[in-house]
Amino acid sequence: MSDTTDAAGRIISADGRPLKSSLNRALRREKLRALALIAPLLIFVLITFIAPIADMLFRSVENDIVSNTMPRTVASLRDWDSTSGEVPGAGVFESAYFDLAVAAQKKLHSQLGTRLNYELTGMSSMFRRTGRRMDDVGEVYMDQFAALDQAWESPEVWAAMIGDADWLASEKAWAKAQNPGTPPPAFEVKEGAQAALPLTAALYKDFAAYLRLNDGDSPTQEEPWPVFYAALYTDLINRPDAATAFSGADAQRLQTSAAAVTNFEAVDYKAAFVKADDGWGQVNTWATIKAFSPKYTPGYFLNAVDMQKTPQGISAQPESQQIYILLFKRTLFLSLTIMFSCIALGYPVAWLLANLPARSANLLLILVLLPFWTSLLVRTSAWKVLLQQQGVINDTLVWIGLVNDTDRLVLINNQFGTIVAMTHILLPFMILPLYSVMKTIPPSYLRAAKSLGATNWTAFWRVYFPQSVPGIGAGSILVFILSIGYYITPELVGGTTGTFISNRIAYHISSSLNWGLAAALGTILLVVVLALYWAYDRIVGIDNVKLGG
Amino acid sequence: MTFSRLSILSITATIAAAPLAVAQDMANSMTIISWGGAYQVSQTKAYFEPYQKLHPEVKIITDESSNEAVAKLRAMNEAGNITWDLVDVTAADAMRLCDEGLALEYDPDELLADAPDGTPASEDFGDLIVSDCFIPQIVYSITFGYRSDVAEWNGKEPDDICDVFDLKTFPGQRSLEKRPINNMEWALLCDGVAKEDIYDVLATNEGQDRAFAKLDTIKDSVVWWSAGADTPQLLADGEVVIGSTYNGRLFSVIVEQNQPVKMLWDAQVYDLDGWIIPTGLPADRLARVKDFVYFATDTQRLADQAAYISYGPARASSAPLVGKHADLGIDMAPHMPTDPANATNTFLQNYEWWADYRDDLDAKFQAWLAK
Amino acid sequence: MGANGTNEAFVAFDRVQKSYDGETLVVKDLNLAIAKGEFLTMLGPSGSGKTTCLMMLAGFETATNGEILLDGKPINSVPPHKRGIGMVFQNYALFPHMTVAENLSFPLEVRKIGKSDREAKVKRALEMVQMGDFGGRRPAQLSGGQQQRVALARALVFEPELVLMDEPLGALDKQLREHMQFEIKHIADSLGITVVYVTHDQTEALTMSDRVAVFEDGRIQQLAPPDQLYEAPENSFVAQFIGENNSLEGVVEQINNKVAVVRLDSGDLIDTIPVNVSQVGERTRVSIRPERVEFIKDRLSPDAHTLKAEVLEFVYMGDIFRTRLRVAGKDDFIIKSRNAPDQVRLKPGQTIEIGWMPEDCRALDA
Repeated sequence: MSDTTDAAGRIISADGRPLKSSLNRALRREKLRALALIAPLLIFVLITFIAPIADMLFRSVENDIVSNTMPRTVASLRDWDSTSGEVPGAGVFESAYFDLAVAAQKKLHSQLGTRLNYELTGMSSMFRRTGRRMDDVGEVYMDQFAALDQAWESPEVWAAMIGDADWLASEKAWAKAQNPGTPPPAFEVKEGAQAALPLTAALYKDFAAYLRLNDGDSPTQEEPWPVFYAALYTDLINRPDAATAFSGADAQRLQTSAAAVTNFEAVDYKAAFVKADDGWGQVNTWATIKAFSPKYTPGYFLNAVDMQKTPQGISAQPESQQIYILLFKRTLFLSLTIMFSCIALGYPVAWLLANLPARSANLLLILVLLPFWTSLLVRTSAWKVLLQQQGVINDTLVWIGLVNDTDRLVLINNQFGTIVAMTHILLPFMILPLYSVMKTIPPSYLRAAKSLGATNWTAFWRVYFPQSVPGIGAGSILVFILSIGYYITPELVGGTTGTFISNRIAYHISSSLNWGLAAALGTILLVVVLALYWAYDRIVGIDNVKLGG
Repeated sequence: MTFSRLSILSITATIAAAPLAVAQDMANSMTIISWGGAYQVSQTKAYFEPYQKLHPEVKIITDESSNEAVAKLRAMNEAGNITWDLVDVTAADAMRLCDEGLALEYDPDELLADAPDGTPASEDFGDLIVSDCFIPQIVYSITFGYRSDVAEWNGKEPDDICDVFDLKTFPGQRSLEKRPINNMEWALLCDGVAKEDIYDVLATNEGQDRAFAKLDTIKDSVVWWSAGADTPQLLADGEVVIGSTYNGRLFSVIVEQNQPVKMLWDAQVYDLDGWIIPTGLPADRLARVKDFVYFATDTQRLADQAAYISYGPARASSAPLVGKHADLGIDMAPHMPTDPANATNTFLQNYEWWADYRDDLDAKFQAWLAK
Repeated sequence: MGANGTNEAFVAFDRVQKSYDGETLVVKDLNLAIAKGEFLTMLGPSGSGKTTCLMMLAGFETATNGEILLDGKPINSVPPHKRGIGMVFQNYALFPHMTVAENLSFPLEVRKIGKSDREAKVKRALEMVQMGDFGGRRPAQLSGGQQQRVALARALVFEPELVLMDEPLGALDKQLREHMQFEIKHIADSLGITVVYVTHDQTEALTMSDRVAVFEDGRIQQLAPPDQLYEAPENSFVAQFIGENNSLEGVVEQINNKVAVVRLDSGDLIDTIPVNVSQVGERTRVSIRPERVEFIKDRLSPDAHTLKAEVLEFVYMGDIFRTRLRVAGKDDFIIKSRNAPDQVRLKPGQTIEIGWMPEDCRALDA
């Protein structure tokens, strides 16, 4: 062969390109085609599997609700020493007021209360109660401003004072068009207003954005929030010359108001808060808010391992609340027990299946698959009927005379019930991989072993069993992973001692709504499964797992 | 020729215009979430079917997801796609949904019909509007049922809530709900705490320990239930001799299935069930739901529901209209938790208190159970 | 073979029958005696019962009736692992999870042979099949021929006196198969072991065996050394099954002890050796091997019967020529001639006269 080479010594293909790039081009087309073929599945898996898992991992540490809902409070709490034993000063209460007043308007305060209630009992009602009182505080100022000048009650006056001229113009056009589908134009703060009335402008901007997003309304139509008056009061006290940044009627009104505010009746925010709920007067409340103010928290993970993050640092949960470690251990123990029961019960069945003539094997296979065709609830309820104290098994035992009528066996609502019902449900997942692996082991191996002088047992144990190990591995992994995440059956037949960690996860997802804790528990479970998988790979080798020939 | 073309055109125009006009103000389908079972049947009979008779164009899709409504609504809200129009929830869940901003706050006198005598809805429902988002529908109670044929009881029958804790006189398995709510209150009540002090005592660690200690006395004889159907089944099978559940479930065991089971009307816990409208519905769907709710919560409709299930109507004005059971023809009033004969000693749950203490007490309760 | 024969034989089947379903017999009244050190092949088409016989001998199937004796002792109730018979399986059945050495060591381990002894025997056995360097490999890492050698070594390593082989070369390609045939034969001879070999490949049977038992329909059709089998088939099945065969059908016209004159269906008369015919008028199938047919007059005896033949096809096969003819109305008559320098290459369309020595022509059953 006379290979053509170029100056650099690279082999040239027939069309004059270097052979390597030709090959790459050809392969790239192949790869793209392969990618296109798997793309639907890839996208499906990304959306339905990877994304939720990533979301779960994120949720288990995410904690931005505190700093998002109470940004000013979080900032002013930075300088407060939670170990001082003193409630924070007036400045923190003032920040808390502006934060909570806005949050209450947006109905976010009770969510924050729910979140903090996970850490400190009583926060939920404290936030709900306080949120209800926030408007009263603003209204103290509102009434005084309104008494001074009626114009302060007008939404348009506020919009014109803080809003940018261009924005006002486009807002007018929007209002005229009367187009219900389109949202109003995005709010712009007037130049100078931000510097002159920083707090008021910031809150107003929040207000306009909230209206636009939630109701598709314009701030010119909606009554100003009471908290604006408190903000305006604060701004005017801090900057008596704020009016200079404005012109016309706005400047006039601000000028008069700035002169008047010094004589206004001021609100004692701290007193107002403590009046709304005693909790605000306690150091622990503030310490908890401070402890959970960072955007990310290890709190959920700590809770998931029976620890807690307190203002004083990390500590173990009180013994009366320790449950998760116990549940993790129990979940592992029960899952392993179920797995071994499945091996013990499934192996002979799979062997029979693999060695029976095709017709009887098919019938048996249908019997094995039968549980798949009945609803999970029906199957579990059937176990109840069988296992309960007045159930079929106990009745039979009493009838035979093995068990006294007064001390019938407790077979359900405990670990035994869970093991029995779940072994039954998961058995096909053990039998099927075992069967498909055993099906590929030719009977001649056993014959060979026997012809070489091995007894039946030796032939099985030394020759047949090692070859069926991949099936046991596959079945065990399937059964173990499925059982570790099961919750319906344990919930129904597990009583108090036969429930799994998944039951707690389900509870936190659907009942307590503590999704962060649920995510942390789920993450730990995922890590445990991956660790066991890794260990399995190290000990047995993952190549040694076969679902079939 | 000209005539017929014109008429076809006008007919087409009429046909096209008619549904379009409706579609613009009100959606033609509603997804309503409830609890399933006999309860949802009663709603279908008393609300859905009559409403559809009046509005044949409306399609009502039902789902039985009320027990996980809070979680699902939260998920829908996060996904920005609310597919439910009206959800039947307990009062406690309605409060949480309201707290989370997932349920619509409403004005009772604007949304709901007046009583026939002109009493405004806010007065007719009265205190039962426990949350700004909650549209009350029924009053039910969680109470105990017991088997009336237990030989070991020597002819005695429990008539006091504390008989549940009395294993000597009333031996046998009990069934209690697998959560702290109600059980803790009953335990304290039977440990000698006065009814009005219960939540103050339960707010302290000592009080909680006291409740657990009382529950410890019967812990070994308790089957814990999590589905409303469990206790009736356990009672019917003879697995337990006494157990707590919703009074409507016991009604069907006793009256409809004729089991040897009786009601224990003592210290039963009143609870409420009603509608919430999810926030964030488009205008046309919201308009339809409001129209439906106005219809389905009027005095007659609430009274009608009681013909199918033994839960008390939430309106004061409905009580006199409660009639007979739709199939059995028996008088329903004596089976209502609100009937004066049944309501001699009742207990009202403190929703606010539980909203604070649930996370904490639930953890303790689960830890206690696992021990 | 009668009861006398079985007494001296190393392996004996005595009136053995086998049925799986209770309705049909897979093995019908089998009597067979195998001498010590003999290489006996059971040859037959699939379903002829040969493998069942082997499995009964190995102990994996039980005889429905009759007795199997090993070294004079009945073994019907002896479980396979106590029979001490080595066996080589069709697909080798090497244990995939063990190395080659472990595979060989297995039968020694179960016999509780000490470690050093074991290692020595394994080494010797591997060397015998020229696989001494492969002890540490897994079966999957070996080629088919290598696996075959290991399987052979494993069947021999515990020094059985009887080795059974069930189509052991079936999976190998032709060249390797031929090579292994000689090797197995050589090893069997040098060890002096008795071998019962099952195959459906007649060349294999002929090359390797001391005697061949041709199976068909659950019976032994003929039990004879290879040359006899080929040259003197006792019935038309054997004639047809072993080697290439031309058969012509007709009726016996005259018969005496040595010669039967047969009138073919075409009307031609030929001389044959009567094998399965005894009286005039009987229908018969006449068998002639293709290489015994002559078409050059000088090479035929003067009194030989000749037949007219038309050449249909001529195939050049290297060492021989294979010519297809139309003879006595049948167009599948084959003749084979050696590719000698003076050999005639027939052309299609040509008409010739063919003939044979009467003793090469056997009148068998119809």
